[in-house]
Amino acid sequence: MTSINTEPLTTLSNAGIYRSNRWLVRGIDMVVEPGEIVTLIGPNGSGKTTTAKLALGILKPDEGTVFQNKKIKVGYVPQAFNVDWTLPLNVSRFMRLTNRISQKQANDALAMTEVIHLRDSELHALSGGELRRVLIARAIAFKPSLIVLDEPVQGIDFNGGIAIYELIKEIRNELKPGILLISHDLHVVMAATDRIICLNGHICCSGTPSMVASNSAYQKLFGANATSTLAVYEHSHDHTHLADGRVRHADGSVTDHCHPDDGHHEEQYFKENDLYSSTIKHEPQNDG
Amino acid sequence: MMDDFFVRALLAGVGVAVIAGPFGCFIVWRRLAYFGDTIAHASLLGIAFALLIESNVTLTVFVVSATIAVALLLLMKYSIASADSLLGLLSHSALALGLVVLAFISWLRIDLMSFLFGDILAVSETDIFTIYIGGLALLGILAFIWRSLFAGTVNFELAEAEGMNPSHSYIIFIILMAAVISIAIKIVGVLLITALLIIPATTARRFVAGPEKMALMASFIGACSIVGGLFSSLAWDTPSGPSIVVIAFTFFLLSNLPIARSLFSRNSKPNIIDGE
Repeated sequence: MTSINTEPLTTLSNAGIYRSNRWLVRGIDMVVEPGEIVTLIGPNGSGKTTTAKLALGILKPDEGTVFQNKKIKVGYVPQAFNVDWTLPLNVSRFMRLTNRISQKQANDALAMTEVIHLRDSELHALSGGELRRVLIARAIAFKPSLIVLDEPVQGIDFNGGIAIYELIKEIRNELKPGILLISHDLHVVMAATDRIICLNGHICCSGTPSMVASNSAYQKLFGANATSTLAVYEHSHDHTHLADGRVRHADGSVTDHCHPDDGHHEEQYFKENDLYSSTIKHEPQNDG
Repeated sequence: MMDDFFVRALLAGVGVAVIAGPFGCFIVWRRLAYFGDTIAHASLLGIAFALLIESNVTLTVFVVSATIAVALLLLMKYSIASADSLLGLLSHSALALGLVVLAFISWLRIDLMSFLFGDILAVSETDIFTIYIGGLALLGILAFIWRSLFAGTVNFELAEAEGMNPSHSYIIFIILMAAVISIAIKIVGVLLITALLIIPATTARRFVAGPEKMALMASFIGACSIVGGLFSSLAWDTPSGPSIVVIAFTFFLLSNLPIARSLFSRNSKPNIIDGE
């Protein structure tokens, strides 16, 4: 195996995207390192896909910086993907869309996602779940150093979804790429990730799965579903998202947005706590 | 035997059809039919301009239509009007403007019909030279940007994320398209150029499985349309440009008949592998 590059694959510092008079995301700090699985979670419209596009360099930040390691190969599974009938494109040809790979590499990847039998099918004729599997196969076939998967198991049945997440973990262990995952499937994601970033226009909380699951910000965002996942820890939350999109902070003030530097937040640092500990330390933010 | 002018027409027509095949495919895949129409109509302005300053028609048409094409791209990117209505507006305005400007050049006797519907039987040896050398260059550049352009056609963001620079290749493609149109004007005229680009490509879609095969097939069907159109024009004394388009359309209709479908059904339906 080749030596592993230890430079971060993509680094976002205080990055924000401003569209149609509002910030889609703001104040995003995120690093994806080789060999780790980072998962973005958050409700609809929380900026998960936008953040992923920032990390990929598809969108240029309106604020802050994004640094991408240009030497690396990137594999991308977009959330929205349609192929029109006018495009004569079968699975085999699609596997070679952006990178030249051998027949064997293509077949191996297709076999891993269990769609090798669809090799000669046209893309527009696949079902939603089949297409997701083919997209994943294509994104891993050329062994990229960074893989970004936007809702990879959307439309795939439950057991299939678990198998896909297992596969993603396997790939991480074997080839050590950095993986940025976007997902709604809370239960499964928790088991298949190293670090979780919980988004709602800004980074609400981040840390290991068990820490995030216990965070009240996360629980508020995901409701009962989240509590049933894992509710061991408790801590007080410093702001509330109002229905009209504004934010009420712990000090009682209401602002249009919230991002880490507005002085309304206590930054939350998570450390790997003992599973049965009932508190999480809050350290005051160090402004400056 | 055949007359010289007829041989020249065949050579020029087949050359243009072969060039038009792959370009037509991208126009179909990217839904640029209306865009192509607009550039073609705008090229009438290029013709008027060339006559005014007495410059090389093909070159002037290329410069004018490429400029308009790139301006259109920018306009579509930053305009608040929908692309469809913007193109509809500009396509016909450009045609009208070209006709008005031509009317002002009163000191020249202009055969307007030859600009609108082509004048393939008046093709010169220089024209054939331009078509083959120019066409070779255009196809060469297209082959060079093919991977990136095709990846961007399938999914723009995916291509961009994986380091392909699809917006770059798209702009190059648009300029090449303007060049193809300026070369093809003499064959079918500004009103029918889009037909020569789109009809063979759409017909080819029925018979093939891969994008590269579809491009070759489109070239082949286009060449057959040219040959068929020219011979029927000779036989029934019909205008050559429209005859070519009518033959291309006939091929399209035939390709939709059940017999054509069953001949090639292996490719037009998803394959079902045993054991499913």
